[in-house]
Amino acid sequence: MYFGLSEEQEFFHDNVKKFLLDNASIDEIRKIANGDDNSIQKDILQGIVNLGVNSLLVPEEYGGLGTELLHAVSISQALGGGVGPVPFLGSYVMAPLALSLGGNENQKKVYLPKIVSNEIRFGVGLSEFIGAREDAGLEINKNKVSGRALFVIDAENADKIILSTKAGVLFLVDASDKNLKINKLITVDKTRTFHELVLKNVDCEILEQSIENIEIVKKVVDAGRIILAADTLGASESMIEKAVAYSKERKQFNRTIGSFQAVKHMCAEMAADLEPCYSLVWQAAHSFDKDSSEESRLLACQVKSHLSEIGKSISKKATEVHGGMGFTDLLGLHYWFKRIGLNRQILGAPEIVREEAAEIQGFNQ
Amino acid sequence: MDLEFGPEYDDFKKEVQEFCKEYSNAIITSGGDKKFEMHDALSGNSNAKKGKIVNRSDWQRLLIEKGYFARSIPKEYGGFGGEPDIIKSRIIANEFSKYKVPSGMGGQGIDMLVPTLLEWGTEEQKQKYIKSTLHGETIWCQGYSEPNAGSDLANLQTKGELVNGNWVINGQKIWTSTAQFSQMMFCLIRTEPNASKHAGISFILIPMDTPGIEIRPLVDMTLKAGFNEVFFDNVTVPEENLVAKRGEGWSVANSVLGHERGSLANPNATMNRLNSLINLMKEETIDGRRLIDVPSYRDRLLQIQGKVMAVQAHSLRLLSSKINPNQNVKLGGMIQKLVGTELRHELEGLAIDVMGELGTLYEDDPNVRDGGSWQFTYMYFLGLIIGGGTNQIQKNIISERGLGMPREPKVTVEV
Ligand SMILES: Cc1cc2nc3c(=O)[nH]c(=O)nc-3n(C[C@H](O)[C@H](O)[C@H](O)COP(=O)(O)OP(=O)(O)OC[C@H]3O[C@@H](n4cnc5c(N)ncnc54)[C@H](O)[C@@H]3O)c2cc1C
Repeated sequence: MYFGLSEEQEFFHDNVKKFLLDNASIDEIRKIANGDDNSIQKDILQGIVNLGVNSLLVPEEYGGLGTELLHAVSISQALGGGVGPVPFLGSYVMAPLALSLGGNENQKKVYLPKIVSNEIRFGVGLSEFIGAREDAGLEINKNKVSGRALFVIDAENADKIILSTKAGVLFLVDASDKNLKINKLITVDKTRTFHELVLKNVDCEILEQSIENIEIVKKVVDAGRIILAADTLGASESMIEKAVAYSKERKQFNRTIGSFQAVKHMCAEMAADLEPCYSLVWQAAHSFDKDSSEESRLLACQVKSHLSEIGKSISKKATEVHGGMGFTDLLGLHYWFKRIGLNRQILGAPEIVREEAAEIQGFNQ
Repeated sequence: MDLEFGPEYDDFKKEVQEFCKEYSNAIITSGGDKKFEMHDALSGNSNAKKGKIVNRSDWQRLLIEKGYFARSIPKEYGGFGGEPDIIKSRIIANEFSKYKVPSGMGGQGIDMLVPTLLEWGTEEQKQKYIKSTLHGETIWCQGYSEPNAGSDLANLQTKGELVNGNWVINGQKIWTSTAQFSQMMFCLIRTEPNASKHAGISFILIPMDTPGIEIRPLVDMTLKAGFNEVFFDNVTVPEENLVAKRGEGWSVANSVLGHERGSLANPNATMNRLNSLINLMKEETIDGRRLIDVPSYRDRLLQIQGKVMAVQAHSLRLLSSKINPNQNVKLGGMIQKLVGTELRHELEGLAIDVMGELGTLYEDDPNVRDGGSWQFTYMYFLGLIIGGGTNQIQKNIISERGLGMPREPKVTVEV
């Protein structure tokens, strides 16, 4: 019995973490956030791809590494920890899963190897499947899609986008289709991109296995939620580390502020809140890898909701420990705060996923 | 990640399951014996359905005989005498919880004194005390806290002097749980008045029927459990009742504090209580609507469920770190008491909230739900948030020893 990340997973995690420390300093993150230099982001993405992150969830028979979701979780922790300004959740987690679970043999053969060779990159938009805002929603009519999709993930410079109908039918559209308009959404989190898609009779390619089987899109959503929870886990861990380190340096009243009990207790509370989260995130991923039982679906909902709550509280307290400095743009702590804030809302805010968790357990019968 | 215990444990698990099926929902009678209420409150099985009825001391003997209790304690001291095997212990705990089989006795004798004697006791002390403690024949109380030594425990002043081969003890203890039912007390006594604060303390065993001991009960807020003040007036016990060396009492006490802190918030018991809460919310109604169908109640339930699932997963990680010693979960172990007691208090409190006015019923009211266990346990866990090192003290420990933040200034001014 061993409960935790394997040596290999730790190794991957540490590599990505180190890569971001070396290549994505606050200065670089700030340039990306301000839109000053596009080449930095490209270089960082290339570096992440060189580490093999794009191939993780592509099955071995299609040239990928065929790892478990837990592996991707370890990467996601590292990306959250370093506010990695790269596509991951959509392009390298949900897309390969949607294709391998929902695609027919031909679709898998065509697309999966190209994710590995980095010839094609996918964006993914499932917000309307979970809960449509405004008038958003997509409908397919004779292989043409019309409608609007919000908060499409990793669509910036993507070649193809994977979307879903409300009924859970997954399909691909070409990002360059002339009937498709892609508008960048300006969110608080500048380390990742989110887009609005407006479609008018756009050609689409349906992922065949998903037509009659709503479980496929649900499984993709579960994976996405676990990965987001892992991102929040890593980001929260970084925020605690930064708060504790700052509290040992900063002096007031001729004492380091870390010697004030109010500060110590905030830090202890953050640590006590976060410690069980490692266990919950890893267990949720492990359960996802083992089966598709209701227990595993429940864990995916609960891990998303629980990490959203814990992340919210930690991102607030860690900022407070930094005093006015925590509130500045200069320090850049807000990149973590905002990333955690965005993770909370995407693919189902806490109340929404808790309602799903209730349904999964048959509470509302 | 590998959550399987391995095929070598399959037979063992089956054997435990057979036993558990036979004793599922068993009722253990203690003949209204109040000293077991603490144990019953912690086990989380308060509204079990009826199963076999077994007398408490027979139950204890049966569990030891089967190796489901005191498993790795040597036979000569009254245990089962099995090889220490964390996985087997875990299987026992899991199956007992799953089948709602009452666990063996707990309490400060079993949870704290027995491990202390195993680590520090002389052969005679082990022979004399462990067996009768495991069988529930000797009940112990813990005499640590004093009126001026609570969180600042090392400030304790109860004095012991060695006179003609006997310890003569004078002073006062307070908050002593179960003192009124106990045969023995393990106690921290200042025996070296000239040594420094921490180095002047010894760990001494005191029979509660020794002349000069006066016990004054203190009623606690639950009106059910209760602790005591214990006064010592020239209480005289033999020199050999000292455990470890003179002045080592602080180290002795600290070596087993972890046992108490872990045992205060058992995740299996918390999960059982959550399931009871879910059942309660399906059965109780407001305006004819099930409580679980009220969205705001349901959402709070789901939030707590997330926390319970997190501490359950966490207990697996802690188990794993015991089997795989190079896995580092130092911080993970330190947070257990803080997180576990707060969560349990919150969970019990939600049951009261969803019941509304009905949730305030208590004791023998004919309408009280589940025997008043929700109110009782809600308050009881507030006691555990304070006892065993307050949760503020836990936060000091986490920040100082876990996160390496500066130590509290040590204020040792005598006033
Ligand atoms: C249900 C229950 C059962 C108990 N059973 C036993 C028993 O069997 N045997 C026994 O010996 N004792 C027992 N105790 C006593 C228990 O260990 C003490 O109550 C506890 O250690 C706190 O000490 P105190 O009551 O003197 O509170 P105090 O130490 O006076 O604390 C009062 C408040 O001040 C805070 N505080 C104190 N020092 C610090 C600090 N350094 N930093 C931050 N905050 C601080 C505390 O957190 C608390 O909020 C029991 C207590 C309870 C509630």
